[in-house]
Amino acid sequence: MTVLCLIEQAGDGGVADVSLRALTFARNLAASAPEPSGIAAVVFGDAAAAVPALSEYGVTDAYAVELTGYVPQAWARALAGLAAGLSATAVVAAGTDHGSEVMAHLGAFTGLPMAANCVSAGRNNEGTFELVRHRWAGSLLEDAVLDASPALLTVAVDAVPAVPAGEPAATVVHAFRPELGDGDLLVRATESAERSAGVSLATARVVVGGGRGVGGPDGFGVLEELAGLLGGVVGVSRVVTSEGWRPHKQQVGQTGTRISPELYLACGISGAIQHMAGCLSAKHIVAVNTDPDAPIISRADYAVIGDLNQVLPALIEAIRARSS
Amino acid sequence: MEIAVCVKRVPMVGGKIVVTADGQDVDTRMSGFTVSPHEECAVEEAVRLVERQGGSVTVLTLGPPAAADQLRDMLALGASRAVLLETDGREWGAIATAEAIVAEVGGPDRPYDLLLFGNEAADTGDYQVAVRVAHALGLPCVTGIKNLEVTDAGVRAKREYRGTEEVFDIPLPAVVSVKEGINLPRYPSLPGRLRAKRATIETHEPQWRSDGLTKERLRVPAGESKRAEVLGTGADAVPALVALLDELGILS
Repeated sequence: MTVLCLIEQAGDGGVADVSLRALTFARNLAASAPEPSGIAAVVFGDAAAAVPALSEYGVTDAYAVELTGYVPQAWARALAGLAAGLSATAVVAAGTDHGSEVMAHLGAFTGLPMAANCVSAGRNNEGTFELVRHRWAGSLLEDAVLDASPALLTVAVDAVPAVPAGEPAATVVHAFRPELGDGDLLVRATESAERSAGVSLATARVVVGGGRGVGGPDGFGVLEELAGLLGGVVGVSRVVTSEGWRPHKQQVGQTGTRISPELYLACGISGAIQHMAGCLSAKHIVAVNTDPDAPIISRADYAVIGDLNQVLPALIEAIRARSS
Repeated sequence: MEIAVCVKRVPMVGGKIVVTADGQDVDTRMSGFTVSPHEECAVEEAVRLVERQGGSVTVLTLGPPAAADQLRDMLALGASRAVLLETDGREWGAIATAEAIVAEVGGPDRPYDLLLFGNEAADTGDYQVAVRVAHALGLPCVTGIKNLEVTDAGVRAKREYRGTEEVFDIPLPAVVSVKEGINLPRYPSLPGRLRAKRATIETHEPQWRSDGLTKERLRVPAGESKRAEVLGTGADAVPALVALLDELGILS
């Protein structure tokens, strides 16, 4: 009776933050069962650098699979083999591009349902799983029952914090060699080029957002200037990218980037569901909007009622005066 | 190049989502419907590929009779054939949806080179129908794609992953799911809209089945309706705003 968790590694080989969140979810799930069980982890590549974090998060057994690079179908094959060998009650992965894709392959291999972007899950006395998962990228929650063994779950990582185990575990590392089928190695990431340097939208500490209220493609200079002053970046709403005012890579929202800054200063943004789903993890939201009844006013922490073209230049001036 | 694109009819939600009294659905009495955003980009990508390579685009949806509206919207963008897998309006799980799609696109008389999907539907967000279809048909599959080119050997597909770019070279036929941002969908032309209005929509009625994941109810997360503390109006609010940024440690 084990909960098996897929680990994604950071650049230095340590456990990525998204997987620490998935491990926390897996540990809570394991503890919820009528007969509490342990958690096991699967690492693709060198497990040594991951072991300290795995231990801290309560992983008793880590399985190191020797597969070079990202090979989604082969990863799923390894999970299937381990889940069967360990009689796993559940297999858990972070709801990232990799986690979702590998778990979908696992669902297809096993013919089992897969519940995506779970916030919490517990096993009840009937042996089924009661879970809460995201709908509309977290704008709604679904209470659901999953009747399958093992339960295949991805974790809504922006809704689940990373919490170390009360007691660290003595993690034992095992080598595991999956039995691969025809075609399992056909699809693999052949190149992985570094993208350009600079502060990324996903990890920026400050995001200055612009929406329809910016008025057109020429109106973003003041937002860029403010973002520069605050050490942040500019993000935009979907209407801005749909109109072609700014490139899609700047979009914050359900179909764009999900941000988690200390401060999101949302200017001229009405606060559509699709946009707000991208800033669920923002610590503080300040809205600048001419309309006191805009939906964003009921989602923000603070608001300035006014035209961004008056508020932002005055704000820039005040910040400059302060620092000189 | 023969391409099939699977799309989904979803409510067009604006500033607020309301759940029906029985907790089973999104209340759509005040909203329209649209095609899930990633999928509209999948249709645009298919139309562009066919404009360059020749061939045709079939658009496919599983949904209620009214989903024919969304198929016509996609015909107006340049798809030439539309198939409705008609349901009674009940929600379908990912396994049953994939089976219905496979039954339609998998036959020997449907020799598609490429099956395109959106990475995930806006409403259910299951992230798996494309992969399940690929497995059932024995085809290679990549998901979350933001750039797609045809090569001598098949297609080259790219996506972002944690600040890096991943590149996949896969042979055709293949299954690819895409994300918004792969292109900027065109506005339908007037001739396109007229052609779509007259087009015949093929209809089949697949059989619903349960797949082990059962929705109990939908609800709005707690803490959704707060009200922002208003710092002031116009430029007069700037001193209060600066004080707030200072308090939050943004100016240090």
